[in-house]
Amino acid sequence: MNKVIQREMIVPNMHLLEVEAPEIASKIRPGQFVIVRPAEDGERIPLSVADWDSEKGTVTIVFMEVGASTGQLAALKAGDVLPTCVGPLGNATETGKYGTVMLVAGCYGIGSMYPVARELKALGNKIITVVEARSSYLLYWLTRYVPVSDKVFSITRDGSQGLKGHVGRLADLIHGLPNAPDRVIVNGCTYLMAHTSEVTAGMGIPTVVNLNPIMIDGTGMCGVCRVTVGGKVKFACVDGPEFDGHAVDWKEFLARRKQYVDEETLFFRHSEPKPAIHKEGKCNA
Amino acid sequence: MSTEDRPKKLDLNRNDMPRQPPEIRRHNFNEVATGYTEELAVTEAKRCMQCKKPKCVTGCPVEIDIPGFISYVVKGDFASGIKRLKEKNCLPAVCGRVCPQESQCESQCILGNKKAEVAIGRIERFLADWEAREGVVELPARPKSTGKKVAVVGSGPAGVTVAGDLILLGHDVTIFEALHRAGGVLTYGIPEFRLPKRIVAREVEYVQKLGVQVITDFVVGKTRTIEELLEEYDAIFIGTGAGLPWFMNIPGENLNGVYSANEYLTRMNLMQGYKFPGSSTPIKRHSRVAVVGGGNVAMDSARTALRMGAKEAHIIYRRSMNELPARHEEVENAEEEGVIFDVLTLPLRYIGDENGWIQEIECLKMELGEPDASGRRSPVEVKDSNFIAKFDAVVCAIGNSPNPLIPSTTSGLEITKRGTLVADAETGKTTRDRIWAGGDIVTGAATVILAMGAGRKAARSIHQFLSN
Repeated sequence: MNKVIQREMIVPNMHLLEVEAPEIASKIRPGQFVIVRPAEDGERIPLSVADWDSEKGTVTIVFMEVGASTGQLAALKAGDVLPTCVGPLGNATETGKYGTVMLVAGCYGIGSMYPVARELKALGNKIITVVEARSSYLLYWLTRYVPVSDKVFSITRDGSQGLKGHVGRLADLIHGLPNAPDRVIVNGCTYLMAHTSEVTAGMGIPTVVNLNPIMIDGTGMCGVCRVTVGGKVKFACVDGPEFDGHAVDWKEFLARRKQYVDEETLFFRHSEPKPAIHKEGKCNA
Repeated sequence: MSTEDRPKKLDLNRNDMPRQPPEIRRHNFNEVATGYTEELAVTEAKRCMQCKKPKCVTGCPVEIDIPGFISYVVKGDFASGIKRLKEKNCLPAVCGRVCPQESQCESQCILGNKKAEVAIGRIERFLADWEAREGVVELPARPKSTGKKVAVVGSGPAGVTVAGDLILLGHDVTIFEALHRAGGVLTYGIPEFRLPKRIVAREVEYVQKLGVQVITDFVVGKTRTIEELLEEYDAIFIGTGAGLPWFMNIPGENLNGVYSANEYLTRMNLMQGYKFPGSSTPIKRHSRVAVVGGGNVAMDSARTALRMGAKEAHIIYRRSMNELPARHEEVENAEEEGVIFDVLTLPLRYIGDENGWIQEIECLKMELGEPDASGRRSPVEVKDSNFIAKFDAVVCAIGNSPNPLIPSTTSGLEITKRGTLVADAETGKTTRDRIWAGGDIVTGAATVILAMGAGRKAARSIHQFLSN
């Protein structure tokens, strides 16, 4: 049982949820995640953690409302109780002094990349942050990134801020830099992670992705989060969630992520009308 | 028992337990066996010969006074019967349902030599259910606190037994559970129709009433490590079970529609997927389900698939019907409900469609050869017997190894090649001071009662340690 401290929509369909979780707040590292259960009898879903305050004993999650469970989460108010928030799960982002690190973030990943930026910056890396969204009004937390980045770029589909286009523009962006980054880390939807990996593979830049498959227990018990990396089957919950983006079998990963799309729709037909769902930009993929 | 209570002539037939008819029960998740009535329980109890040296007790891993509790049932004194039973077994409603009595207590009953052994498990279950119904759960007196603190990791049968024993010895006990509901495999694995979840909840509530604190949503090894727990607790018991699913490592195993039995059953049980869309965990309605494996978990999966509306549920097993490791009763239930047994069959690969969904399985026929190390005749491939069968779901139920989360985050704990923790068979002591372990994490996947037996031994050893 975790008390909700605040829940607010920060940009359309993107919510910030801060909950009381002192044990997790004292332990968690960048790149780790929690599993939450929004309601009794509800589904267990993994969510990346965007920030924490070990003194206050809280963790902050940024999530996108895409289905039944995130819909329930989006309806929470301060003072409500989240039946389950368990963690920290998965392995922390590997950190070190790499030189120049490019962080590519989109969607909920703009939230969960923030602690990674903070940590890598503190370790003396040069940080180039790239945030991606369909339009400028869907970008958030840029002011938080400024102090932990040496440079912040935006890519928007409609060109309303920064480069116009999708993540494919990353190639132009990297070519425009005096030196190619020594490492790229990607956080966000599958589309963003797969395409960034594609771009950087050609350039030979080591690329780490933070995968977000379907999970139930998050401790290696159910095996639903299995992913093929370099021809080997891994469980994202205990072996990941971070993997070499150039070695992930993206086609399989994408198919496994989409397993329950039909059932999610069925659920909505059986429940109260919900606000419109963000379906564009393939973010639901 | 006085002589007049015992019938003049011994009834050699055991009393059947009423069950839902197969054609009805294959469409619902209610319990298959409905349990003895008072009358049936007394009649069955009267068959017990009250042996002076009861062999049944030697067949019980937790040494329940079997003739003792049965003698109370004969007299209709169910309250005393359940009290006697609970002196040794804090989970009677569970054990009465899922223990393999036929290979334990009942296998030793001398009536078995004549015709049919006393249905000990059914009487045990009756007493536990009677107590729940009558609502007279009696709590033993709690001794003075010793001031010692014990952490129990995992709330399955081993952990609950350790906790129940140690709280009655005056120690302060806290159970840590990774999932949101206590009970371990009893909650996430065994289906509702075989072990209703309210029964597991009741047994866990019982140890809570005794004073045990249960903390759910707490992953030891992640939320806090064993090292950190050792700073706060005097002793630790690790009962984290066998929760790492095996796959066969054949092509196509990551296709959509291919599940581990853990995933399939957890979705249905813990997440109550069988109520979907009434519950929010999404569930697929499959039409032809293949379950690979021949144990109890495989039977549970196939029977669950039928209840979820599958037209056909097949067991694919590489040996023959005689070698099925599942309990005989479960195989019989599965057959009655219409599960199809494709024995002497080995899956070679799973074939999917362009969207990554399973469509077909390529299999190979097998025949039985010489007995292997386990004493069972080993399956041998029949050359060129490959065939393809259509299925839209596969549940892989070929076993589990212990979850490595704790061994990998704790130094000084010796593990075997199979990934199990090394622990003394008599005391449960691990290779590290102040840490005990028991159940599937030590033995590999086994039974509920063996885990309870290990818990009992560890509790004794922990108590001895704390008393010094």
